[in-house]
Amino acid sequence: MSEKNQQQPAKKGWLRQAREAALVPALAVFTGLLIGAIVIVVSDADVIAAYGNFFSNPLHAIGLTFSTVATAYGALFIGSFGSFDRLVEGLGIYFSTGETRQLLRAIYPLTESLVSSTPYILTGLSVAIGFRAGLFNIGAEGQFFIGALCSAYVGYSISGLPAFIHLPLALLAGAAGGAVWGAIPGYLKARFGAHEVVNTIMMNWIAFRLSDWLLTGPMQASGFRPVTPNVAISAELPRFFSDPIRLNWGFILSLAIAGLVYWLLFKTTIGFELRSVGNNPDGAKYAGMSITRNIVLVMTLAGALAGLAGTVQVLGVDRWVGQGFSAGYGFDSIALALLGKSHPLGVVLAALLFGFLRSGAARMQSMADIPIDIISVIQGLVIIFVAAPAIIRRIYRLKEKAADEESTVLTRGWGR
Amino acid sequence: MNTIEETKTIEAAAFRRIRIGYGIALLVTGMLIFLLFGLNTQAGLSSVFGMNLPSSQAIVIPDLVIPAQATVYALAIVIAFLGAFQMSRGIHSIGWLVGALAFAFVLAFLVWAAQGKSFNLVGMLQSSIVRATPIALAALCGVMSERSGVVNIGIEGIMLISAQAAVISASLASNLYVGLLVAILTGGLVAATHAYLVIRFKVDQIVSGVAINIFGVGMTSFISSRFLEKAFTNLNNSGTFPIIPIPILSKIPIIGPALFESNIVIYLMIVVVIVTHVILFYTPWGLRTRAVGEHPKAADTLGINVYLTRYINVIAGGMIAGLGGAYFTIGAVGRFDQAMTAGKGFIGLAAMIFGNWNPVGAFFSSLIFGFADSLQVKLQILSVPIPSAFLLMAPYIVTMIVLTGVIGKSTPPAADGVPYEK
Repeated sequence: MSEKNQQQPAKKGWLRQAREAALVPALAVFTGLLIGAIVIVVSDADVIAAYGNFFSNPLHAIGLTFSTVATAYGALFIGSFGSFDRLVEGLGIYFSTGETRQLLRAIYPLTESLVSSTPYILTGLSVAIGFRAGLFNIGAEGQFFIGALCSAYVGYSISGLPAFIHLPLALLAGAAGGAVWGAIPGYLKARFGAHEVVNTIMMNWIAFRLSDWLLTGPMQASGFRPVTPNVAISAELPRFFSDPIRLNWGFILSLAIAGLVYWLLFKTTIGFELRSVGNNPDGAKYAGMSITRNIVLVMTLAGALAGLAGTVQVLGVDRWVGQGFSAGYGFDSIALALLGKSHPLGVVLAALLFGFLRSGAARMQSMADIPIDIISVIQGLVIIFVAAPAIIRRIYRLKEKAADEESTVLTRGWGR
Repeated sequence: MNTIEETKTIEAAAFRRIRIGYGIALLVTGMLIFLLFGLNTQAGLSSVFGMNLPSSQAIVIPDLVIPAQATVYALAIVIAFLGAFQMSRGIHSIGWLVGALAFAFVLAFLVWAAQGKSFNLVGMLQSSIVRATPIALAALCGVMSERSGVVNIGIEGIMLISAQAAVISASLASNLYVGLLVAILTGGLVAATHAYLVIRFKVDQIVSGVAINIFGVGMTSFISSRFLEKAFTNLNNSGTFPIIPIPILSKIPIIGPALFESNIVIYLMIVVVIVTHVILFYTPWGLRTRAVGEHPKAADTLGINVYLTRYINVIAGGMIAGLGGAYFTIGAVGRFDQAMTAGKGFIGLAAMIFGNWNPVGAFFSSLIFGFADSLQVKLQILSVPIPSAFLLMAPYIVTMIVLTGVIGKSTPPAADGVPYEK
C-alpha cells in the first residue's frame, strides 16, 4: 500500500487518500449488489406470490424477501470463499490423520476464485494501461483469444523440449500474439488517425471468426469437437496442489506483472511519457514526446497483457482452447479497469472481486437456482456507477468533489 | 513559388498518386482474377444464374447462362486494360474506380464459384436484404445518434433487450403489432438512459455504451434462463409477421421478389432509411441536428437547444434499434435465444462508418455486409473450397481499411463523442 503515498506528493496521509479513492468504487459495487438483489427478488415467483397475500401475512412476504436474498448471496459467498465449517473439519482431519483430501476440498472454492481472478488481473491491466495513455482498448477479448491460440499452438505442436525452455516459449508466443492484435489498431490510430475503439471492436470479431476457422480446421484435435489438442506437459504452468485444485503459478505471475506495470507506469521515463500523452497530448507533443510511438507502444503492451491473460488460462487452467474461450474476460476487464481507477493496485483488487463474483456465481446458479447472468447485470450497473460518480454521490449524500477530479472523459469521440 | 502554383503542384501530385496507385491496384486485381479464378475455371462449363424464385409471383424471365471461363478471362482483361488506361491517362473519380474494381472481382468470383452449377441470383438478393435488415437498422440508430454528436456503441444491447421485450409482449398479447410497438418503445427507453447518462452526468459515451451492452446481455440471458427456458415457454412463442407481397410491385422481375415480398419489419426498414435521410438532409430539424453534431457551441449561439436536440436524436435512434431488435424475434424466428443478435449491432456500427454517417450510405453498406453474410451460406451449399469464416471477416476488414482513409474517406461529425458544456 505504500505505493499510494509516493504517487501524489499530497499532505493527506496515504490511508485517508486510499479511503477517498476507494469510497465511490466500493459504494458502486454495493449499490450494484443491492440492485442485483432486487432483481433476484422481483424475479422470484414465490416472493411475488407472497406479496400477492401481503395484507393477510405481511411478515411472511418480508421474511421471504430477505431469505431469498440471503440464500442467493449466501451461496455466492460460500461458492467464492468456501464454507468455514468444512475448513475446520478438513483441518481437523489433516492434523489427526494427515489425510489432505478433506482439506483440499475445503479450500477448493477459494482457490477457484483466485483462478478466475488471474486472467482478470492481466486483462484489467491491459485496459488500464490504455486508459492511462488516453486510449480505449475494447479489444482485450480478441487479444485474449489470439494469445490463447498462439500459446496453445506452441504448447501442443512442439514436443521434447525441457520445461524451462518450452514454458517461457509458450508464454512469449501468447504475449506476442496478443501484442500483434493490439499493435494493429495502435498503428492504424497513430498512422491514419483511425479510432482505436472501432478498430479494436473489429479486431475482436476478426479474432472470433479466425478462431472458428482454426478450431474447426488447422488447429483441431482429432475428433469432432472444435478444440485444440492438449498442450504438452512441458508447457504447462505448474499447479500448487494435487488435482481438483487448479491454482497455479499463473496467479503469482500475474501479480508480478501487476507490480511490473506499476513500476513501468510510475517509475520509468516510458511510463511518464505514456501518462503525459494520456493527460495532455498537446503538452506531451510540445515537450518533444512522440505521440505516434507512444500510441503504438501502449497498444502493443495492452495487447501483450491481454494475450498473456489468455495464455495463463490455457497453460495453467484449461490446457486446451475451444470456441468461446475468451468467455467475456476481455469485456469485463473494462469494468474492472474503471473500478480500479486504472491503477495497478486498484486493478488487482477489482480483479479479485470479479474473480470471486464469477466463481461464486456458478455455485449460486446450482444451489439457489439464480442464473449466472446476474453477474453481468451487476457489472453493467457497477460500470455506470463508477463512471458517473455524481449518481453515487447523490444517493449517499456525499459532498461533491472538485471539478477537475470529476472528469471521466476517456475518449474524445472518433477524433482524428 | 507563389501559392497558386504551390496548390497546383500539390494537386498534381495527389492526382498522380491516385493515377499510379489505382492503376496498379486495377492491374493487380486483373491479374488476381486471372490467376485465382481464370486458371481454376474449366473450359466448356457454364454458370447458370437463376433470375426467378420458384414461389414468386413475378413475371418469369429467362435464367442467365454464361460461359464461365470466357467471362472470367474477359473480366480480367477489361480490368487490366482499365488499369493500364488509369496509369497513362487517369480517371479521378475514386468512387467509380473502387466500384468497378469490387464489381469485377465479385462477378468473377461468382462466375468461378457457380461454374457447372446453378446459382439463384434473386434468392441471393432476397436473403441479402433479409440479412441486411437488422444491420441497417443498427446503422441508422448510429447515424441518428452520432449526427447529433452522441456516440452510441450500446446498439447491440439495445437490440437484445428490445428483441426480448418484443417476443414476450407479443406472446402475452397474442398480437405481433403489440410486440413491435413495445420493442420500439423499449429501444427508445434504453437509449434515453444512455442519453441521460452521457448528457446529464457526462459519463464517457463509450463507457456508457459498453455498460449497456454488458447489462443487456446479462439481463436478457437472466430473464431467458429464469423464465423463458423454464416455466414460461409460452411467453417465448410469438409467431412471426407474415409475408405480405405488395400488389403490382412484387410482379417486377428480379427486384419484385427480392424487395416487395417481405414482412412488415423489412418494409419499415426501407421506410426508415428514406425518412431519416429526408429528415437529416432536407428539414430544418435535420439541419439543427447536424449543426449540433458539428459545432454545438455555434448551434447554441444561434438558439438551438443542444441538449434537447441530442436527447431527441438519441431516443429516435434507440427506437430504430428497437425495431431492429424486433426483427430478430417477431420478424424472423418467433422466439428469443440468448445473445441472438450475435454482433449485428457492431456490424451496424461498421456499416454506419462505411456509409459515411449517411442513412442511404449506411443502407447500401448494410446490403454489402448482408450480401457477404448470405454469400457465405451459399458457398457452403455450393461446397466452394473457401472457409466461410474469411467471408464473415470481410465486413470488419473492409471497415478497418475504410477508417484509414486510404480508399474513400469517412468523416465523422466533428463533435461526435464530445460532451457539450454550456
